[in-house]
Parts: sequence; structure tokens; C-alpha cells
Amino acid sequence: MDLVTLSRWQFAFTISFHYLYPPLSIGLGLILVVMEGLYLKTKNKLYETMAKFWVKIFGLIFAIGVATGIVLEFEFGTNWSTFSRYIGDIFGSALAAEGIFAFFLESGFLSLLLFGWNRVSPRTHFIATIMVALGAHFSAVWIIVANSWMQTPAGYHIVSSGIGTRVEIVDFWAMVFNPSTIDRLTHTLIAAWQTGAWFVLSVSAYYLLRNRHIEFAKASMKIAFVVTLLASLGQLITGDSSAREVSQYQPAKLAAFEGHYITSSDVPLYLFGWVNDHDQRVQFGVAIPGLLSYLVHGTTTGIITGLNDIPKENRPNVNLVFQTYHAMVAIGFTLIGLALIGVWFLWRGSIEKKRWLLWILVFSVVAPHLGNILGWASAEIGRQPWLIYGLLKTSQGVSPIVTAGQVGFSLILFAVVYLMLFAAFIFLLNSKIQHGPVDDDVVAEGKRA
Amino acid sequence: MMDSLDLNTIWYLLISVLFGGYAILDGFDFGVGALHLFVKKDEERRVLLNSIGPVWDGNEVWLVTGGGALFAAFPEVYATAFSAFYIPLMLLLFCLIFRAVSIEFRSKQPMLWWRKMWDVAFSGASVLASLLIGIALGNIVWGLPLDVHHEFTGDFLSMLNPYSLLLGVTTLALFMMHGSIYLILKTENALQEQIREWVNNTIIFFIICYATVTMATLLYVPHMTQTIRHTPSLFLVALLSMLAIANIPREIHRKSEFMAFLSSSGAIIALMALFGIGMFPNLISSTPMDSYSLTIWNAASSQKTLSIMLLIALIGMPLVLSYTISVYWIFRGKVKIDHSSY
Repeated sequence: MDLVTLSRWQFAFTISFHYLYPPLSIGLGLILVVMEGLYLKTKNKLYETMAKFWVKIFGLIFAIGVATGIVLEFEFGTNWSTFSRYIGDIFGSALAAEGIFAFFLESGFLSLLLFGWNRVSPRTHFIATIMVALGAHFSAVWIIVANSWMQTPAGYHIVSSGIGTRVEIVDFWAMVFNPSTIDRLTHTLIAAWQTGAWFVLSVSAYYLLRNRHIEFAKASMKIAFVVTLLASLGQLITGDSSAREVSQYQPAKLAAFEGHYITSSDVPLYLFGWVNDHDQRVQFGVAIPGLLSYLVHGTTTGIITGLNDIPKENRPNVNLVFQTYHAMVAIGFTLIGLALIGVWFLWRGSIEKKRWLLWILVFSVVAPHLGNILGWASAEIGRQPWLIYGLLKTSQGVSPIVTAGQVGFSLILFAVVYLMLFAAFIFLLNSKIQHGPVDDDVVAEGKRA
Repeated sequence: MMDSLDLNTIWYLLISVLFGGYAILDGFDFGVGALHLFVKKDEERRVLLNSIGPVWDGNEVWLVTGGGALFAAFPEVYATAFSAFYIPLMLLLFCLIFRAVSIEFRSKQPMLWWRKMWDVAFSGASVLASLLIGIALGNIVWGLPLDVHHEFTGDFLSMLNPYSLLLGVTTLALFMMHGSIYLILKTENALQEQIREWVNNTIIFFIICYATVTMATLLYVPHMTQTIRHTPSLFLVALLSMLAIANIPREIHRKSEFMAFLSSSGAIIALMALFGIGMFPNLISSTPMDSYSLTIWNAASSQKTLSIMLLIALIGMPLVLSYTISVYWIFRGKVKIDHSSY
């Protein structure tokens, strides 16, 4: 494999692995705020037990998120130095702002969240929890600003000087609120809330199946179901709005989402299918006629740009974008359905008897993670061949002095180390879940828990 | 040294502050890590881990923010240095990964092999990270072979030159001294007595390294002393670094460890300042052709970005300092192991 391919694989792999954790910190952070808030309001010990249990899980998740997150900040320089020279004037400030406004807030108050139970009052602890959750959200804000700028650049001009060309900032707020920031930020944050909620649902369903910690599990479930149900509704709105934004600013991406080649009106929306790029059509698909035109323009006569209007060298891998995008949408709708069924039985008071549903809930924890990564992939692959849309091609962004051998070496190391970390994470997570919401889970060496 | 305090110079100072803060704060974390395996009892190893437990993550953020600020203010330096140091930075990343997860994972299982494994990972990662940071610093001081496009033309093996290796060992020694002084503040009884003995050894180890590096720098890297030769008043910084270092054994002898810790932090600041003065106005000196060097002017972002970033820093840094000070205040005093500890 060549340098560009290896560098892309390394970034894709390290960011996908990392991105298992931040949505959990964001979503679980929000749920912790709710739990501790309820405890302060009602003084019900159950909420305190819940908060303490989920904080421990949060700590484990956070540690791996931190450890794997710093890698990405370094990789812009190590693997994508030409990109960094080109974009530093704009991209760097978002990363630095993330450090100053998000990471310091998060890490400072995290210590109180994890170790402060006996050192500060419950009210101060609650404030610390809010700050950690806010920090996690702020971090998403700045990273989405940076990434959205790569999708829809705004507020810049191109400057050529001395040894090269680069973009420089003209209008900071136009850069921050570039055309896709708000849609992508809300879509990402809501997805993160869903991820946290389904994580809580999965563990709680497991306890109900095992007939353990019943009250704890049902109370946790109630909060998580409310969060995910509200989030799902929000996701329909942001998803719809995102697609409209993409149609306006990144027509090639929208056309790839739906495998749409010839510019026309009455464009259908596919439920699934397989894009045959050679024949320029979607095979084995089921489509709702006119729906894409309707969703984008509010009328079926709305015209959607097809891929044939975009030079061949500027098109992404159409089928890959189509599949990742449709898989994300399918997962989103499945989760809405599941949440509705779950809330129905919870409301009826019979959820602990529906063992089939509980088993589905246990395994559905995987779904939002898949949705996150597939959605992210469709957004990034849909931007190809551009690294910065319309400005810099991905093939031009790599570090020219790094060799394919070096990247191959680091990629293999990442694969081995991350696999090991993931195994250790699952092992520890499982033992925490098995241990359940009781104190003293750290025992002296050599003694059984 | 500087005629007027322009934005580029301010950012040179701010980035020095961020990396200096990182060296002081994560420096003692690495030092604690380097000493970890010398402590044998499980309970005592947990004391060491929990001495940095509530703060190591916040300390690492100084590196993350320093990296982000370097990217924002001097993208050419970020791009050149990070791609040049590909192998050492990848190794540093793996060290930071293992350091983080070892702290989190170690005490969560009772098995002997489990704890031993993460103990070794934690300590090994801390030692290797300190060495790598020093080696990278050594190469920056020495100068890198850059071409006209600001691209590095050397290879990894050329980075392992004697001067850089010496700086690697010195950094490790500095962090071990700094970490052991921190540990006296956080421990009590038998463990504290044991660490008191080690402190003297780490001080001797560091002072030997420091003297050797100083000689080597004067002899082989004369460009680092040029600015001080032209502006003799800056010799005060060199004097301060020596006084701060000399004060450490004195305070240890008087059993005022907090003052010793401040002295060793002061020594780190003074050494960082000497490094900054020696480099200025270069951020990376090109060894074949000084005109290819990256300076605070030819490597910087636009004035607009520098001024926006300055505003962000002015709003953000007071907040950052207030969290940092609060956390250290709340978790002051001796380590007490409870059920939420690592």
C-alpha cells in the first residue's frame, strides 16, 4: 500500500476506535447530571447509588477516551503535515480552543467527580458533574467546528507567499459558524446522548434478566428511555436538516448518498440498494418515489444534482457512501422503534417480564456505536477526494517525508495495542457490571472481589 | 533581546509557558512513574498511583493544549517537527496511552499477574516518555537538517546523537528528582522515610547530568549561548537556575519539602527560560543553512489568528489556572486510600 492509503487507514482506524468513547462520555455525562440532580432534589438514596455506579463506569470510559484522543491531535502533524501547513491558521485555533475551554474544564472537575465524594458537599459534586458534562460537550463543539470547516470552508482567503499556499482567517465567526457546523453539531451531540442512553439501557436490561438490582435497573432504565426517546425525535429533525445542508453545499455527497447520477426532479429515496457505478444505477433497491426531492425542496418537482454533473475525478466511492449512509439511517430508525416498544412496556409496568425485549436491549448497545461510526464514515468518505472540500485533495495532504514503512509500522502497533486495550476494557467493564452498584470494588492484591 | 513585544513574541512566550507548565506538572507524574517499581508492597504502590490519581489527567492537558497552540500559532513548526519526529512521537503516544490506562486498570483486578503487568507498563511508559521528551528537546537544541521547504531531511537514527541522548537522561533525572520530592509531600511514615533516602540519590543523579549537559552545551552548541553573551543581564536567568537547583538539597536537609518542590519547579522554569532565550527567535534551527530555520516570523500564522488566539488565551488561562489551583487545593495533603481510589 502507498503512503496516502496507509495514512488514511491509520487515521480512520485510530479515530474510529477513539470515537467509541467520547459519545459515551457525552451521553453518560448528561445522564449523570440527571441522576445527581434527582438525588439532590428528592434525597432518594437510590439516585445516589445510581450516580456512584455510573460514575465508576464513566471513569473507565473516560480514561481510554483521553488515552486514544491525544493520538489524533498528534496525527495531524505526524501524518498530515502538508494539510497542517495549509490549514493551521484556521484549524489550529479550534484545536487550541478545545484544549483551553473543554479539556481543562473536563479534566479538572473529573477528579472531583471520581474522587470527590467524601471531600466536597453533594451540591459541589453535582456542579462538578455538570462541568464535566459541559466540558465533554464543548469538546464536541470545537472538534465539529474544525471538521465542518473541512466540509464547508467559510470566512477565509487563500494566501500565497514564499514557500507555499495556505488559507488564512478573514472572519472568525464565519469560520466557527460555517454552513454545516450547527447541523452537524446537533446531529453529533444527539447521537452521543443516544449512545449513552443505550449503554445504560443495555446494562440495566442485563440486571433485569439476571434478576439483580431490580429497583436500580428500572430507575436507570426510566431515565435512559426518556433521554433516548427525546433524542430520537431530535435526531429526525437534525438528520433531515443535515441532508438539506449537504444538498446545498456538497451536492456530490448527497448524490452519492442516494446513488443519483442524472440531474432531475422526482428523485426517489432508497431504503436500501446496491450502486452499480459502471452502469450508473442502483440495483436490488427499494425506493420511495420522489421522496428525496420532496425532503430537500419540499416538492417532488425539486431538482437534485446528479453525479454526472460532477467531474469523475471529484466523485467519492459512490457505493461505499451509499451503504454507510443507509446503514446509519436504518440503525437510527430501528433505535426509534425499539425505544417506543421499550417505553410502552415500561409504562405498562411489564418490561421485566418481556425477556425477548430485554435480550434485544442488552445487545442493542452496539447499534448506536455502529451508527456513529458509519455516519461519520459516510460524511468523510462522501467528501472525498477532497480533504478540505474544494480546496485541498486528500492525496496532497500527507507528510511527504514520512515513509509508507513508518506508517505501516505505526498502524500495526496501533492495531495490536488498541485490540489489547479493547479486550482489557471489556474485561474490566464486565467485572464492574457483574460486581454491580455496591461499594468497595477495589480489593487488596490476591483477594477475590 | 526583543525590541517590541509583538504578537509573534507573545505567542513564543505563551507556548513556552504551556510547555513549561507541562514539564512542571506532568514532570512529577513521570517521576513518580519512574520510581514506581522501586516500591515493592501493593499498598504502597497504590499510594504512589493515587498521589497523582486526581491530577495526572489535567496535567496531560497542558501538553494537548500546548500542541494545539503550537499548531495554531506556528503551524509550520508543528508540521515540520511532528512529521520529522514521526517515530519518537509515535513511541511517546504509546507511552502516554499505556501510562493512562495502567493507572486506570491496575487496581481494578486482584490478580498478581494483572497488577504486575500494569505496574511494569506504568513505570516503563513513564521512563521511556521522559527519555523521548529529552531526546526531542536535544534535537531541537542541536538543530535539525531542514531543506528550503522546511522539510526534515534526516532520519530517526540521526536523532539518537550523543547530545540528545544526554538530554534524554537529564530529563529523566530531573523528573525523578521532581517526582520524589512530590512524593515526600504526599506520603507518610515508613514509605516517606524510604523516599527521603531516594531523594538524595535523585538529586545527585540530576546534578551530575545537569553539569554534564551545561558543559556539553557550552562546548558543542555555542549558538545557544549567543543571546546571553550579547545581553549579559540575561545571565541572571542562568544564575537563577543554578541557585534554584542548589536550594533543593538545602530545603530537603531542612525538611521543608514544599520549599524543595517549589525550588525544583523554579529550576524547571529557569531551565525552560534558558532554552527559550537560547533558541529565540528560532523555533527550529536548520543545521545546513541558517536561512532555512523556522523563526517566530516565517513559521507563524496570520496576525489576525494570533490576535484571536490571544483573546482566547486571555479568557481561558485564568479559568484554567483557577481549576488547576482548586483541584490541587482540594486534594492537598497525604494520600488516603478509600473505595474510590485507584
